[in-house]
Amino acid sequence: MASLGKLAAQGAAATTLKSQNGGEYSARAIGFLFALWFSLFVAVLFLGTLIIVTVIEGAPKFSLNLFTEYSSSNPDNAGARAAIFGSVFVIATTAVLAIPLGVAAATYLEEFADKRRWWNRLIELNVQNLAAVPSIVYGLLTLGLLATVGFKSKNFVLAGGIALALLILPVIVIATREAIRSVPSEIRQGSLALGASPWQTVWRQILPSSIPGIATGSILALSRALGEAAPLLLLGALVYVTFDPTSLMSGFTTMPIQIFSWTGRPQEGFHELAAAASILLLVLLVIMNGLAIFIRNRFQKRW
Amino acid sequence: METNSPDQPASSATVRPTPSDVALPDQPDAVLTCDNVDVYYGSFKAVEQVNLGFGLNEITALIGPSGCGKSTLLRSLNRMNDLVEGARVAGTVSFMNEDIYGPGVDAIEVRRRIGMVFQKPNPFPKSIYDNIAYGARVTGMKVSSMDDLVEEALTRAALWDEVKDKLKQSAYGLSGGQQQRLCIARTIAIKPDVILMDEPCSALDPIATMRIEDLMQELRKDYTIVIVTHNMQQAARVADRTAFFTALPDETTGNRTGVLVEYGKTGQIFGAPNDKRTEDYISGRFG
Repeated sequence: MASLGKLAAQGAAATTLKSQNGGEYSARAIGFLFALWFSLFVAVLFLGTLIIVTVIEGAPKFSLNLFTEYSSSNPDNAGARAAIFGSVFVIATTAVLAIPLGVAAATYLEEFADKRRWWNRLIELNVQNLAAVPSIVYGLLTLGLLATVGFKSKNFVLAGGIALALLILPVIVIATREAIRSVPSEIRQGSLALGASPWQTVWRQILPSSIPGIATGSILALSRALGEAAPLLLLGALVYVTFDPTSLMSGFTTMPIQIFSWTGRPQEGFHELAAAASILLLVLLVIMNGLAIFIRNRFQKRW
Repeated sequence: METNSPDQPASSATVRPTPSDVALPDQPDAVLTCDNVDVYYGSFKAVEQVNLGFGLNEITALIGPSGCGKSTLLRSLNRMNDLVEGARVAGTVSFMNEDIYGPGVDAIEVRRRIGMVFQKPNPFPKSIYDNIAYGARVTGMKVSSMDDLVEEALTRAALWDEVKDKLKQSAYGLSGGQQQRLCIARTIAIKPDVILMDEPCSALDPIATMRIEDLMQELRKDYTIVIVTHNMQQAARVADRTAFFTALPDETTGNRTGVLVEYGKTGQIFGAPNDKRTEDYISGRFG
């Protein structure tokens, strides 16, 4: 009791543990909670509506034809075969171009760059900013590049791959840097103290430990590239393709472009086709994101 | 193994002189020497004017309160401080009469000859076998049989019997004490001349600490060991010679710079220190 008296003497108002202003169940707290729920509800409602409408509209055309047939003027005969192949070709090219380059750039910035040098800090800042540049700008950049080199035709697989690789490069750099940074410095020091060179340390310790993070970041970046249409439209990607791409120099279309083109047609049948192709694209994206989450959880290092 | 609690100061009566004190020459036969060594981080001077020789096949302990620069000095002995941006060494650190910061000296070669064991056990996320073989692989060491090298290193680190049936398993499955002995084994495997230990037992329980201390006595026959420790009893138990550091505040900036106060045979430092500050520290009056 003596201590209680002392507390009171010190001006401590609370001599009971009962809440003074409603605590967890005050009107403000409840109101705020409802505001959060409402925001969540709006977001989920829109997503849900979009998915349900797309599935209902696209279901009749979501058949084998979609995978086996080329585009056609008759919606009943048309399919997205060329777009599916085109997307696979372009995304594969993008991955081959962007992943090694992004990982190498991130490794340099994290492990070798002297951060006291202003140019290294400038590069870092720019990489961060590049991730926020609108995708169409990368289309323009690629267009300019190809024109300078002297290409007349710009709608081939490699060009699309370059544009998308430029688009996702900053994302891969940032993800890889995060992965490298999460490797404890004890590992680095242990390796160097055993007479390993910095290069051997990166190659034998840092990068192998960073693979899950790099894979997760790369897959998420590629799934973004898979859904992009703007830079490819700028390069003049074809909308009516009746052949499979066969090489890096083949003309191509991709799924988002095919969807875009079908949506613009007057016939109802094409709208259904667009919805069906959208379902396919959504399923692909869900699979890729699921894979990324799986890798992240499965290989998460507990240091 | 904490025989002395903090309120029971280590007096000369409780510290037995190490047996080797008797046979120990007055001046160490130094393999590694510091001449007027200052260590800077940028413009901040962390350690000032250290003159020390680490004797061949001796264990030298660096003791002193936190922030006295003993770990900083240790890391400058095998150029691990090179990894810290802005770190710089003035004066001369020589290994077998060769300046390790001299022109043309390869820091990687320095670290191969002067190994290091860290405060926290830091096994690589690899198998026990690969942890030991790592150093030999990266340095391109000529080995007739990697299996023999692994067995020899683990045996010398008194770990072989505990792990011989699980060499291919992850090193992360070992206990903290075993991991630290693995790190010592890994260091021995590349056959260095000097082993630097940065508070190697601070993350371990007393039993594991005792095993590491026993191991150090064994290793001393073939290696020169420098150990940084916060534990004075540990220094008294294992070290042949002890160097006591303290931190002096700069009059103008207030930055604390580490200085070497006293260096001598362990029995003398703990039994009859010459400097008042050493006496105060070892009897628990500060630090």
